[in-house]
Order: sequence, then structure tokens, then C-alpha cells
Amino acid sequence: MKRESIYGLMAEFETPDQVLEAARRTHAAGYRRIDAFTPIPVEGLAEAVGFDWTALPALVFVGGLLGGLSGFGMCWYANVISFPMNIGGKPYNSWPSFIPITFELTILGAALTAVFGMLALNGLPTPYHPTFNVERFELASTDRFFLCVKSKDKQFDLAQTKAFLESLKPHGVFEIEN
Amino acid sequence: MDPQGSKNIVASPEPEPIIRPGHTFETVTDKISAIVLSRGTTPGWAFGLLIGFSLLMLLNLVVTLLMVKGVGIWGIRVPTAWGFAIVNFVWWIGIGHAGTLISAILLLLHQKWRTSINRFAEAMTIFAVMCAGMFPLLHMGRPWLFFYLMPYPNPMWLWPQFRSPLVWDVFAVSTYFTVSLLFWFVGLIPDLATLRDRAKHPAVKTIYGIFSLGWRGSAVHWSRYEMASLLLAGLATPLVVSVHTVVSLDFASSLIPGWHSTIFPPYFVAGAIYSGFAMVLTLAIPIRSVYHLEDLVTDRHLDIMAKVMLATGIIVAYGYATETFMAFYSGSETERFMMMNRLAGPYAGLYWMLIACNIVIPQLLWIRRVRRSIAFLFVISLVVNVGMWLERFVIVVISLHRDFIPSSWGMYYPTKWDWATYAGTFGLFITMFFLFIRFLPMISIVEVRSLVHETNEEKSHS
Repeated sequence: MKRESIYGLMAEFETPDQVLEAARRTHAAGYRRIDAFTPIPVEGLAEAVGFDWTALPALVFVGGLLGGLSGFGMCWYANVISFPMNIGGKPYNSWPSFIPITFELTILGAALTAVFGMLALNGLPTPYHPTFNVERFELASTDRFFLCVKSKDKQFDLAQTKAFLESLKPHGVFEIEN
Repeated sequence: MDPQGSKNIVASPEPEPIIRPGHTFETVTDKISAIVLSRGTTPGWAFGLLIGFSLLMLLNLVVTLLMVKGVGIWGIRVPTAWGFAIVNFVWWIGIGHAGTLISAILLLLHQKWRTSINRFAEAMTIFAVMCAGMFPLLHMGRPWLFFYLMPYPNPMWLWPQFRSPLVWDVFAVSTYFTVSLLFWFVGLIPDLATLRDRAKHPAVKTIYGIFSLGWRGSAVHWSRYEMASLLLAGLATPLVVSVHTVVSLDFASSLIPGWHSTIFPPYFVAGAIYSGFAMVLTLAIPIRSVYHLEDLVTDRHLDIMAKVMLATGIIVAYGYATETFMAFYSGSETERFMMMNRLAGPYAGLYWMLIACNIVIPQLLWIRRVRRSIAFLFVISLVVNVGMWLERFVIVVISLHRDFIPSSWGMYYPTKWDWATYAGTFGLFITMFFLFIRFLPMISIVEVRSLVHETNEEKSHS
């Protein structure tokens, strides 16, 4: 497959409201491969670029469940199967005393899944990304808001898309080299 | 009733802003990142690090001596086998709890004032847990066999005793450390990206670049990131309560008079938050004046923290009262004796100092002028730190040194090596903290930017 020479086009905005509005209009114009880059999380922006569902909460639930089951399973296996000891005729499976470890491992499993799941779904770490080729993109971590239409988009046409982005009254439009 | 009149009663004065007005995204980003990137290494910072590092080397010395000679260099003698090691363990881990409270519980409660202080409070948590973790390991006598605490396949075919609170503690503290570290790092990722983008020197850019994992602030990434932060906050909230509960069960599940008590878990958690907020104040007051952060960590922050201290201090006082009441009400002779021994025994001076430090003196915080006075607050925060340390000393030593059989009573005297170990962990804490404020943004840039955004929104709507 031929590697596109241009990753996409990027428009720069000055406020969160502007970029939110621009993202909505770009999505409404039929563009689907779009993304926005902002220095703060902007409410509604992910939805505006067409992102509406994440598996993260479900994954975290499963992670917590597995952590808890392995915690209880370990205590149970050690005391009932592997090394049963009769202490004053008490049951081997003395489950109340296994709860603290079960609880801690539930939290551990869920927290590890939350962090590493978030990074994995986001595709991080990403040491190289074409967006960093835009010089002004450095400001995306200070006070500028960027909207990007990727060249992979079916509707993408360098001249037309550029004209469309210009019509959103951005501070500037830049080509992103791949 | 006159509707106008009732309205006047309800109307509250305009609330003080959380950060001083006039800030934009750029000014807050500049202000916080400049401390790391362009301020450089100042003599004051180097001097502070020198003190910390010297004490850290003292810790090195003590630990080496401890490995060579054994725990006998400490003052722990039967019947008081727990001594300073456990006192300091509980003290340090309690301090950590305020960081998690600020970063997790207050996030869930939408307390916006937390933004300016959560980053360094979380750092405090991590370093305090590091210091805490050292003590049980060193106290084992043969620290190089610490892995016996872990369930691992071993040639002896043995498991740790999963029914013991001491093993619960291993799981609780290690989970707590891991989750706190992850939570802290997740919070740092976008800020590290900011530092990467603002750094001038290519090597500095590369280092921050590596640790920021290539964060670029994509809207989709932010969405998952916020979800992960929220979930982590939700997970850390019960975790922090469980950690000090398990620590208190180390005591409460034994039969020692003064320990065998159901009030321990809630009273330990309240005490932990109390001492933690005291430590946050002890750190925040000098830092904000040295780095001129009064715009971001305002007097209102200090005021709120003082109020949290006052509230948790009262819960702790209630704990003391219940302990005393129950000792007499229980009808148990040994419990009653333990309490009399606390009030008038050989360590009674420490008990009354504890009451003065934790209950009497902090009542000054009822007065608004005291809460607004930096000097007063700083002194009170130190007093509470001392008081909470004394509390753990009283619990550990007074209960152990005279229990059921008078023939096995004894006294506990810490040796110079006990003090040196304690001072050494301060070295670890100070060194880590100084490195942190030099190389990482000590206030969350992203969260303060969001706060600026929200404040501007509110202003434009009203």
C-alpha cells in the first residue's frame, strides 16, 4: 500500500467553544476520520468527532473481577487444598479472613486494567506521530485547539477540504506531512 | 413571612475565588512549567537537597549497621518488641492518606479547590508510603528474606498465613503504593507533554518526551483518560479506607489491652487524614512562598485544609474519649489498668502531650484569624504532626510495656539508632520531595487550566 505523503489537514482555533463548533460542523459535512487536539479535556468534543463508546469501564470491571477471584482463589487453595491445617476444629475455608486480600487484589486488578487499558486503547506510548510535524502543534499543550481531518477520510480532497476548513474561520490551516 | 427578608438570610456573600483572577491558559502554564524548565537550580534548593541527602546517608548507615548487628541496636526489648519501627510505620502511612483523599475522594465530590494541591499531596503520599514500607521490612530482623511474605512457589511448600492481619498489611500497603503511583503518573502524562513541548534543550525535550508517552491531547484520548481517572478515583477511595483499617487490625485483632477494640478502624482512618492534612500544610506553606505560588495555592486553600484538620481532629478526640470510657465501662481489670497506666503511668507525660497537641491546641482553628494566619497554621500543623506521632507511640508502647502479667513488665527506651532510623526516613522523604519539585510540575497544569476555563465560563454566563 502506498503511504500517503500527507497525513491530513489541521486547523487551529483559539477557544474550546470554537473547536467544538468546528468539529460538529465538520462531522455534519460528512467527514468521519477526524480528531481534535486540546490542552484541556473539552466536554462533548469526543462525541463531536464521532467517538461515542469505550470498552474501558467493561474492561476495568473484568480486571477487578479477575483480581478478586484470584485473591480469594489463592487463599482458598492454600488453606483448603494445598496445605489444610486443622486449627481448633475451625473450617478450612474460613472465608471472612480471606476478604481483605480478596478486596485488595480486586482493587489492584481493576486499577492496573484502568491505567494500562487506557494506554493500550489510546495506542500509547506513541513515540512518533505525524501531527508533531506541524510546528504550531506545540501549542496544543498550552492554549491552542486543533481540529484534524485525516487524508484517509473518503471525502478527503486536499483543495476542497482545505477550503472547507478555511470556511470554519480558524486561526490557520496547516498540512500535516506524513 | 416576608419573602424578601428570608432571601436575605439565605443569600451568602460572594465566594472567594479558588485561584486569583486574571489568569489565562498561558499564564498558568508558564508559571508552573517555568519552575521546572527555566528557574534553574537555586542555592536554596541545593541546600535543602543537601540536608535531605545527608539524612538519607544516615539511613544508609543505620540500615547497614542493622544488617550487620541485627535489630538489637534498636531499643526493642521484650515485652516491647514493636517500638519505634511500628510507631513510625503507622505515622508515615497515615500521612500518605491525605494525598489520596485529596486526589480521589475530593475529585468524586467535585471539590474544585483540590486542583492546586493534589499533585504535591499525591507525591507526598508516594514518598510517605516508601518511608513507611521500610520500617516493617527492617523490623523483620532479616530484611533480605522479605519475600517470605509473598505467596510464591517455594521448596518448603509453605504459604503465607492468609488469615493474619500482618499478611493483609503486605497486600494492602503494596496495593496502595502501586495504585497511588499509577494514579500519580496518569495525572502527570499531559503535563509531561506540556513540558516536552516547552522545553528548549533537545535532551530535556527527549526525556520528557519519553515519559509523556507521546501524549498529544487527542479528544478521543482525553475521553478515555477522563474515564480512567474517574475509575481510579472510585477505586482509590475504598482502598485508602481499607489500608488504614488493615493497619488498625494489626492491633485490634490481638488480645493486648488497649489494642483489642472495635473503634480502631474508623479512629485510625480519621487520624490518618488528620495527620496527612497537617503534613500537606507543613509542605504547602513554605513551598508556596518560596515559589511564589500564592495565586494558585491561595489563603482559601489553607483555610479549607485547616477546617478539614479541625473536623478530623474532633473525630480523633471522640476516639480517645470512647477508648477511655470503654476501658472503665468494660469492667475488664486489665483494660482499666492499661488506661490508668496511660493517664498516670511512667509514660503519662507523653499521653498528656498527645492530648495537648491533638485536641487542645488545634481548637484554635475555630478562630478565623488563626486559620488566616500563615505562621499560626504552620505551627499548628507541626504540633499536629508531633501529636499524631505521640498517639502511635502511646498506642504501641504503653499497651505493650505492661500487659497481663506484672512479672513480665518492662520499660522501653529508644536508642540513638532508633532516632537515627527515624531521621533517616525524613532524609528519604526530603530528598525525594526536592527532586520532585525540581523535575516535575508540582501543580497539575492541566487541571488548573480547566479550572481557569470553568471560571471564565461562569463569569461569561453571569
